[in-house]
Amino acid sequence: MNTWSRFNIVSVVLGFAFLYLPIVLLVVFSFNESKLVTVWAGFSTKWYVSLFNNRGLMDAAWVTIRVALLSATIATVLGTMAALALTRYTRFRGRLLFSGMVYAPLVMPEVITGLSLLLLFVAIGLDRGFVTVTLAHITFSMCFVTVVVQSRLLSFDRSIEEAAMDLGATPVRTFLEVTLPVIAPAVLSGWMLALTLSLDDLVIASFTSGPGATTLPMKIYSQVRLGVTPEINAACTILIGLVAIGVIIASIMTKRREVQRQRDEQAAIAGR
Amino acid sequence: MKSLGNIRRSFAPWADPAAKPFITFRNVTKKFGDFTAVDNLTLDIYHREFFALLGASGCGKSTLLRMLAGFERPTSGEIILDGQDIASIPPYKRPVNMMFQSYALFPHMTVESNIGFGLRQDGMPKNEIAERVAQMLKLVKLEQFAKRKPHQLSGGQRQRVALARSLAKRPKVLLLDEPLGALDKKLREETQFELMDLQQDLGLTFVVVTHDQEEAMTMADRIAVMSHGKVIQVATPAEIYEAPNSRFVADFIGDVNILDGKVSASGNGKIELVTNDGFTVRTASAGAPASGSAAGFAIRPEKLKVSRNAPTDATVNAAEGEVWDIGYLGDMTVFYVKLGSGKVVKASMLNAQREVENPIAYDEKVWVSFGETAGVVLKD
Repeated sequence: MNTWSRFNIVSVVLGFAFLYLPIVLLVVFSFNESKLVTVWAGFSTKWYVSLFNNRGLMDAAWVTIRVALLSATIATVLGTMAALALTRYTRFRGRLLFSGMVYAPLVMPEVITGLSLLLLFVAIGLDRGFVTVTLAHITFSMCFVTVVVQSRLLSFDRSIEEAAMDLGATPVRTFLEVTLPVIAPAVLSGWMLALTLSLDDLVIASFTSGPGATTLPMKIYSQVRLGVTPEINAACTILIGLVAIGVIIASIMTKRREVQRQRDEQAAIAGR
Repeated sequence: MKSLGNIRRSFAPWADPAAKPFITFRNVTKKFGDFTAVDNLTLDIYHREFFALLGASGCGKSTLLRMLAGFERPTSGEIILDGQDIASIPPYKRPVNMMFQSYALFPHMTVESNIGFGLRQDGMPKNEIAERVAQMLKLVKLEQFAKRKPHQLSGGQRQRVALARSLAKRPKVLLLDEPLGALDKKLREETQFELMDLQQDLGLTFVVVTHDQEEAMTMADRIAVMSHGKVIQVATPAEIYEAPNSRFVADFIGDVNILDGKVSASGNGKIELVTNDGFTVRTASAGAPASGSAAGFAIRPEKLKVSRNAPTDATVNAAEGEVWDIGYLGDMTVFYVKLGSGKVVKASMLNAQREVENPIAYDEKVWVSFGETAGVVLKD
């Protein structure tokens, strides 16, 4: 479409405003001089300074990062294994049940997942804290990894694994030297997905966490109930910045690789 | 049959009763659920042979190859390689290598690491690997592409990398699954001869699976024609073409006219056969079927001669007909001649001269003739 009709302009502006106005407000007010969140009183970065001096928030952030890294890594290993089992062994007994059960947490209301995990931890007498939050996050993010990796495995050319074995690689070495490097981008994006899910989870963490293991979303939520402080705005702005940088880098890299690949293929066809 | 067979070179271990087969399939059956892919098959392949498994898709030829590579285990039977039963040995411990139809190159590795992959698995020292890889790159003329990734290569170059990779470990047997299937026609013809030279120079045993009869005929020392999990005939290309053992093989390889009939007289290695069209054929026949039994007579189009005048030689078979259709192909002309009974036979005549005065035209009355040894009697 060459011309921008008035209708199109209006709908684009409205759409973006709807999506981004709240975020822009949040970012703008994180640089507010005033303690009042809704009244502008000049530019300042003092809330960022006070954020880094706020022990409570910083501790919560540290807990969140550790939980996210650990749970995402374990969930990636388990999720990849489940994806392999589901795509490779298509005829084992109970496959349908297994795949249904792997996917169930995708649609399960978080409240139910959280509550049932809480009941389990209480029943087996596991003290709530860092370990229980991590376990809970592994449980619900594993299925997302499985979905991502499984879709990659479905388009995977298995003859390259056969070729590896034919050339003398044992099944383990075939997996490590051929299968894993080829599916690595999918495994990595599964890991990133699990990491993100864990970072911003509030509901399940609230059920399964205990004293000393408060995550950042829990901390922010509990503080907001007492009133929003510009410190929270600052914390959220940093999070938004990190996420935005991550997304931009990832998409630039993907784009570059795609362009390079196309150029290479054209060169190969041209016989150079 | 003496003139058939060893046209290409004097290599015929299968004709020597003292020769020991290098690969033996003995009563091998492979079932996938209810489907029998390979059905109680027995087959010998000799050292340094270029052996082709030929058949339509689903005839079991690829399953046979995959059993040799170790990707499938036979449901029953033995597979013996160099005196050892390999049926239960996993693929990564077998002294055979395979070139895959899709080439199956490792997309994340360069050409040289692809070729060196098998050597690294064997724990060969690094400098020896580099030396061997350089050797293989030279063999397939890809020296300047060593550092490229598979997606940076053309189809023909990928095929060469796959070949180099499967030869790098110097396997006892090289398996090739439709090795030229993905190449265009011209490249395919060139590569056929390259593969043959390579096999000769390296002195290896090649087992190739193909559905392309021309490819099998060009390259192989012997061909096994397969159908529904069974081997129908194993013989040299010339025998397969000139002396098919069954209607299936006659029909599968090349063009053929088959005239059904009944044996009317038999003896002295010759028979007389009256076709259902009421036309008497006198022909030589090795295993002469008894008089009165049903038989088919198979004759290739190029063995039929089309002429305006009746042949004068009494030993020649001849029938009168009318030109039904003519196809001019440049190097030859194909005539479809309708015999008196209504049966249409195909005859092809080489255009040995550029200019022919008064060529045979549509609807002309002609004679179709052939000698006593031009065709084959099929008993089934």
